[in-house]
Amino acid sequence: MDTKDFLSELVNTPGISGYEESISLKVSRVFERYCDEVRTDAFYNVYGKMTDQVGEGMPKVMLAAHIDEIGLMVKEVCEDGFLRFVSVGGVDQRILPGLEVIVHGKENLLGIIGAKPPHLQIGDEAKKALEMKDMAIDVGFSGEKLKGVINVGDPITFKSPLTTLNGTIVCGKALDDRAGAAILLETMKQLKELRFEAEVYFVATVQEEIGTRGAIISTFRVMPDIGIAIDVTHGDMPDAPKEETFSMDKGPVIAIGPNMHPGLTKKLMDIAKEHGIEYLVEVEAGPTGTDARAIQISRSGVPTVLVQLPLKYMHTTVETINIETVKKAGMLLARFISSMKEGWREWMNY
Amino acid sequence: MDELLKRLTEAHGVSGDEGEIREILKSEAANLADEVSIDRMGNLVAFKKGTKSGKKIMLCAHMDEVGLIIHNIADNGILKFSTVGSIDPRVLISKKVRIGKKKQYGILGLKAIHLQEPDERKTVVKTKQLYIDIGAKSKDEALKLVNLGDYAAFDTEYLPFGQGRIKGKALDDRLGCSVLLNALKCRYPFDLYACFTTQEEVGIRGAGVAAFNIKPSMALIVEGTTCSDVPGVDEHMRSTRLGKGPAITVMDATSYSNKDMVNKIIETAIKENIPYQMKQSAAGGNDAGAIHISGEGIKTAVVSVPCRYIHSPNSVADMNDYYSTSRLVEAFLKGCE
Repeated sequence: MDTKDFLSELVNTPGISGYEESISLKVSRVFERYCDEVRTDAFYNVYGKMTDQVGEGMPKVMLAAHIDEIGLMVKEVCEDGFLRFVSVGGVDQRILPGLEVIVHGKENLLGIIGAKPPHLQIGDEAKKALEMKDMAIDVGFSGEKLKGVINVGDPITFKSPLTTLNGTIVCGKALDDRAGAAILLETMKQLKELRFEAEVYFVATVQEEIGTRGAIISTFRVMPDIGIAIDVTHGDMPDAPKEETFSMDKGPVIAIGPNMHPGLTKKLMDIAKEHGIEYLVEVEAGPTGTDARAIQISRSGVPTVLVQLPLKYMHTTVETINIETVKKAGMLLARFISSMKEGWREWMNY
Repeated sequence: MDELLKRLTEAHGVSGDEGEIREILKSEAANLADEVSIDRMGNLVAFKKGTKSGKKIMLCAHMDEVGLIIHNIADNGILKFSTVGSIDPRVLISKKVRIGKKKQYGILGLKAIHLQEPDERKTVVKTKQLYIDIGAKSKDEALKLVNLGDYAAFDTEYLPFGQGRIKGKALDDRLGCSVLLNALKCRYPFDLYACFTTQEEVGIRGAGVAAFNIKPSMALIVEGTTCSDVPGVDEHMRSTRLGKGPAITVMDATSYSNKDMVNKIIETAIKENIPYQMKQSAAGGNDAGAIHISGEGIKTAVVSVPCRYIHSPNSVADMNDYYSTSRLVEAFLKGCE
């Protein structure tokens, strides 16, 4: 399956943290085309297992990318039919006025987050950001009609399909971290063309945005020898300091710091160099805000690396990535896995 | 789904760049009117000869919409823009726009929340600080996709939703344009001039020229007006209410409506059993502002379809209000000798 088509399908599928059932199913269906075996657990983590050559004492490798997305949740259904809401995951309240959303109740309802027109604003009100608690979603129904259809606690997703801006640059909602799921797919496709001696688990994790909870239980279940977390990092943005962001087209970003295993990370970089795959390096001073945080300390510890995709405007409805970099990340990970031969344990010596 | 409303609201027509919407209106009006012409301001005038008197009545709705115009292309391929018409910059962040004739996609990004100080989230990002990203890496690459002076409109799909509601961009005033097309289906005793005006959103620039050329004895303006029947707005601050019928204006910031016309509109509504409401805000203005002081003065009145969240990417209206506005306008005109 074409990586961009896969991504487009994932972006259009709802799945805020804790409500990943449909996105999980969609990912499973695609993984089934490439993996020997696909399973789903009680939290809707998806596990796709791939093997090739079987070697004595070969490593068990787990790759993880999260498929949940940030979004909103119904807090109150007002008498006049407007919905008050809270956020699930880190949402900048300033992106909300004028946005389209889908409220997932008994039925899926289109909604608009209203914004007062300039004509009716009084005094200084235009000088302050609107607060989330003061906003409401307009679903076009009276409160009476919404009874039994929309309930407190119903999840709400943003509506913003995958859109091509220019060439391989695409934008949309939830690319954090559905683009990571696309890297999983890309890695599978590239691995099919290579020989490898490893038991590889491609895990699409849930509930990352609210505390890497899917990674906690899935790593426990897989018990990997090597962990590979795949997530997004900040791409260059005009209004952000250059030193905090990464180029969109110089390859994936490999993280270094206490959360990542130094020997394994060095090996990953060596393999990139050996195969002429470009990469950038990000320094992370503590536990990262990614699944690597949970994978590293699962059971008796898992040597972990973190591979990231630069993404602009994270946690907005116009998250932007370069599909070319998704492919490069897949190429790097496939080469990394196929390089794991006898003696792979030495990569992790201190 | 109303296919015509879909076409009308999705068409581009930012003030000064009304070409696309004008072509659609022209081909629609040509099927209904005796003569269609375009004046020096780009206003589209559809003429329908009367059966009796030579009296002239002008119907007016503006075809332009608020939007953006590209005023700078930076070396890093990022576009800077000005707003065309009044847009609260707070509705622009994280939205998609379509730029220029080729409708290049662009996005209004904002530094990720993770890279902000907590206090930043409480501040308003000014239009000057905003920018459009079209996925170009350099000025040269950007220039292959867009040009300086290109206009940008919101990337918004027209959709019915809820209970008889619609959402889309530019409901102010494509709903008015559609009401005019409906009115053109009938022939009246007097000569009807249905004017689809330009540049209302940048200071009511087109309508005055149209009125001066036509010299009507009376003008009725059909608008999509503010509606604030939403949470957080006090009862007394609600200019109009959705679903309560067309809103009749007594006065606003740019004109008084002619009292006889207002009374006649109300009488018509009562007689025809059409719901109506009085607009309860004197804020804002519309084409009446230029028309009523054109030449030696023209009697004007304004009837509006209430629209929530106008001047934002997604405004909302009630189809019954739109139908009622059409019925009221037609009934009022039929009562004019």
